[in-house]
Amino acid sequence: MLFFVARKLLYIVPVLIAVSILTFVIASLLPGDLAYVILGDQATPEKVAALRHDMGLDEPIWLRYFGWLWHILQGDFGRSFRTGQTVLDAVSERIPVSFELMMLAELIGLAIGVPLAIACAAKAGSAFDRFVTSSAFGMLSVPTFLSAILLIYLFAVELHWLPATGYVPIAEDPIANLRFMVLPALTLALAEWPGIMRVLRSDMIAALQEDYIALAKAKGLKPSRILFVHALKPSSLTLVTITGINIGRLIGGAVIVETIFALPGIGRLLVGAIYTRDLIILQGVVLLVAAGFVIMNFIVDMLYAVLDPRIRHGHA
Amino acid sequence: MSGVLLSVEDALVELPTPRGNLRAVDHVDLTVDAGRTLGIVGESGCGKTMLSRAILQLLPKKARLSGRVMFDGQDLTRLSPEKLRKLRGRSLAVVFQDPMTSLNPVLTIGTQLIETIQEHLALDLAEARKRSVELLAAVGIPAPEQRLAQYPHQLSGGMRQRVAIAVALSCEPKLLIADEPTTALDVTIQAQILDLLAREQRRRHMAMIIITHDLGVVAGRTDEVAVMYAGRVVERAPTPALFKQMRMPYTEALLAALPKLDAAPHTPLPAISGRPPDPTRPLKGCSFAPRCRYAAGRCNTDKPVLSRAETAEHLYACFHPIETTASGRA
Amino acid sequence: MATLELNLAEEAGSAPVRRAGRLGVLFWIAIGWMALVFAVAIFADLLPLPSPTDMDMLERRGPISVEHWLGTDGLGRDELARLIYGARISLIVGLCGPVIGVVVGGALGMLAGYFRGRFESLVVGSMDVLLAFPPLILALAVTAYLGQSIFNLTCILGVLGIPAFMRVARAATLSLARREFVIAAQALGATHTRILLRELLPNVLLPLLAFFLLGVAVTIVAEGALSFLGLGVPPPISSWGSMIGEGRESLDVAPRLAFLPAAAMFLTVLAFNLVGDTIRALTDPRQGAL
Repeated sequence: MLFFVARKLLYIVPVLIAVSILTFVIASLLPGDLAYVILGDQATPEKVAALRHDMGLDEPIWLRYFGWLWHILQGDFGRSFRTGQTVLDAVSERIPVSFELMMLAELIGLAIGVPLAIACAAKAGSAFDRFVTSSAFGMLSVPTFLSAILLIYLFAVELHWLPATGYVPIAEDPIANLRFMVLPALTLALAEWPGIMRVLRSDMIAALQEDYIALAKAKGLKPSRILFVHALKPSSLTLVTITGINIGRLIGGAVIVETIFALPGIGRLLVGAIYTRDLIILQGVVLLVAAGFVIMNFIVDMLYAVLDPRIRHGHA
Repeated sequence: MSGVLLSVEDALVELPTPRGNLRAVDHVDLTVDAGRTLGIVGESGCGKTMLSRAILQLLPKKARLSGRVMFDGQDLTRLSPEKLRKLRGRSLAVVFQDPMTSLNPVLTIGTQLIETIQEHLALDLAEARKRSVELLAAVGIPAPEQRLAQYPHQLSGGMRQRVAIAVALSCEPKLLIADEPTTALDVTIQAQILDLLAREQRRRHMAMIIITHDLGVVAGRTDEVAVMYAGRVVERAPTPALFKQMRMPYTEALLAALPKLDAAPHTPLPAISGRPPDPTRPLKGCSFAPRCRYAAGRCNTDKPVLSRAETAEHLYACFHPIETTASGRA
Repeated sequence: MATLELNLAEEAGSAPVRRAGRLGVLFWIAIGWMALVFAVAIFADLLPLPSPTDMDMLERRGPISVEHWLGTDGLGRDELARLIYGARISLIVGLCGPVIGVVVGGALGMLAGYFRGRFESLVVGSMDVLLAFPPLILALAVTAYLGQSIFNLTCILGVLGIPAFMRVARAATLSLARREFVIAAQALGATHTRILLRELLPNVLLPLLAFFLLGVAVTIVAEGALSFLGLGVPPPISSWGSMIGEGRESLDVAPRLAFLPAAAMFLTVLAFNLVGDTIRALTDPRQGAL
């Protein structure tokens, strides 16, 4: 187990370094120069040259990279030249919103996907199973921004049940917060449940063919115990894997959903930075999101190892 | 110690396949008396596993079963799922072939034992635990208390099969079906497991069916043997009688296929030539005829029925049985 | 026992929705819809359509009429024309992107699976770096720095598809490279190039093709998402995504402006998914689940 953790940890360090290089390289793709972007209309060649020198842009790219990395390792991700806010401040201010959104979405996704998967696996091949499976397949073809529009139209424009956009911090008014969060989270969940359902269903159907299920039946166990303990428990490991795979899509979906529903999360910060060409914020957010994504995947791997007795006891 | 415990009457199992109906079990009659041991022997694919699944009512959903399976005075084929469930694990237990796959990999040994005990016997958790420890000790597992918290993958194959036997014995069943209980194990372990089964069978006065492809397995450990071929019972006799004088050429071929310790080095292993018939295309005559060296005449046109030989207990289905003095045959 | 077990496993297969060999009505409907979208996109210039970019401020959000079959959008542009020209963008980006992915990813995957060793580690490692970014974030960042254009958009979405194609090609190559026909070719002294192109490529191609169609669906969605955010194709070019984004502003008065392109996109994505999934199920019946 310790060996497993150490090996995984050793792997994510080079990945994180490569991620930082790639982020830096992408930011250097900017046609023209950051100095021009900052100075905008007032750019005179002298001013540009002066700013370039101040920002160290006249140095070779690898020197600039190490300078940038050095600052980052000290916790300095830069500062917006539009608002003056530091990247870390801007991100930490918005993380709770994105986190709440993604957690809610995953919970709703699981709440829809898991019971459906169990029901379908128990009645595999039935009309119910075929209906749910086809619906899930159809839902996989509905992009997030599409279901967002549909939900807004239905619940905000037509029925007036929920607000279309806006946000209240959870500390201020939990009920109002939830009212603003329901539609965005549901939008993301609609994209989540088909994957959860499909994978868990096929996994459970496979589990139900196993010898140990035949033995469980031969032992005279109750059908509910066979389904929920003997079949679901081995398959539930898959759930952890799916959740891990979903994180990337969830982050992408959060960007879109936060923009549509005007939630002040990381995604909206990122899109806003692109709209206003606030490139320091953009670079910092991309790096932080990618690093966070790598670390979350690491945690999912660890969770998997903890849950699976075979890996836990070193039989990987 | 008498009276019929299980009687299978005219059992027929058919499985629909894309190539047509597959007749896995073809009009089989069997009886097992309380406390007695029956061996069912046959090659792979002869239907012996399907027969055991038919007795347990654990056939695949698409399979069709006709005939009766009378167990302890009840017809299992007509029993409600709930009544059947109360019977399984309680008075009708099973040990499967492969202990690597028949124990749930993510549940502890203790859970898998205790859940069976608590399902059928009115014991609280502490009592069920105590009983589990006793059972593990009885099947020869060292340090049984520590095993309860372990997972199957932490045990060797032989140990796992002992656990599976402990699970089967947990509620003192009247009948234990052991379906190829040693096939997946190392040769050195096989005899231990078989002796364990035989010992527990005698100690608990339960009836037992041992299903195997190995005539050697049933030789000293069963009261009666039924030989199956292509879904049918082709010879049935008390074990000593069978080994003294087998009448069906197939039984003889099975025995000949056993490797012999006293054979000279580099003797090729005798094998039964040819393959069993396609179970979706039943033959008109005797199913074994294409592979039988005695086959002649009506062997290819008529099906021999299971009928009595000189003693009442010895039955076989053959037109040209092996004679006591095997001379006039070629 | 072989036949019996086979049969049990089949029974276990829990009645797959589609049976191999029979493609079903849905498959042909999907093909039909794809053909229709392709046809109108290719022949858009020949169709008697109003210009998709001519604005008519007097006829904003105009209703369905003889002149404008599907009405006009918020700037008085013909909705049908914009839909059809939008199909062009979706198909260009949706097809060209995965082509980059399938060519680069397929080649890398085959080479990695065939030569193994350091090269394989390097390829797999660099794909892990690419996968370390949530895909949409990377696409947004790159288009933000490189500037919005159809070319840039296609390139970045194509690059993002490389890891997935690499995996498919590598997995297929790995399993094939041990087969007798490859070993026989090696024993006969065939060159690596010959083995890769003549022996392996034809066998890797089919799984790649099935995955390509699924990749098209994913890319159309990604392009739509970026354009929806106003960060995909630059205006005034119409794209389904940007039309949905613009239609969002008038959901209360003219929901059709968002729902028409939404329906077009949904049906197209569904068609590609359906056809791709069917072909994958046919080529690899064991992996029907994921």
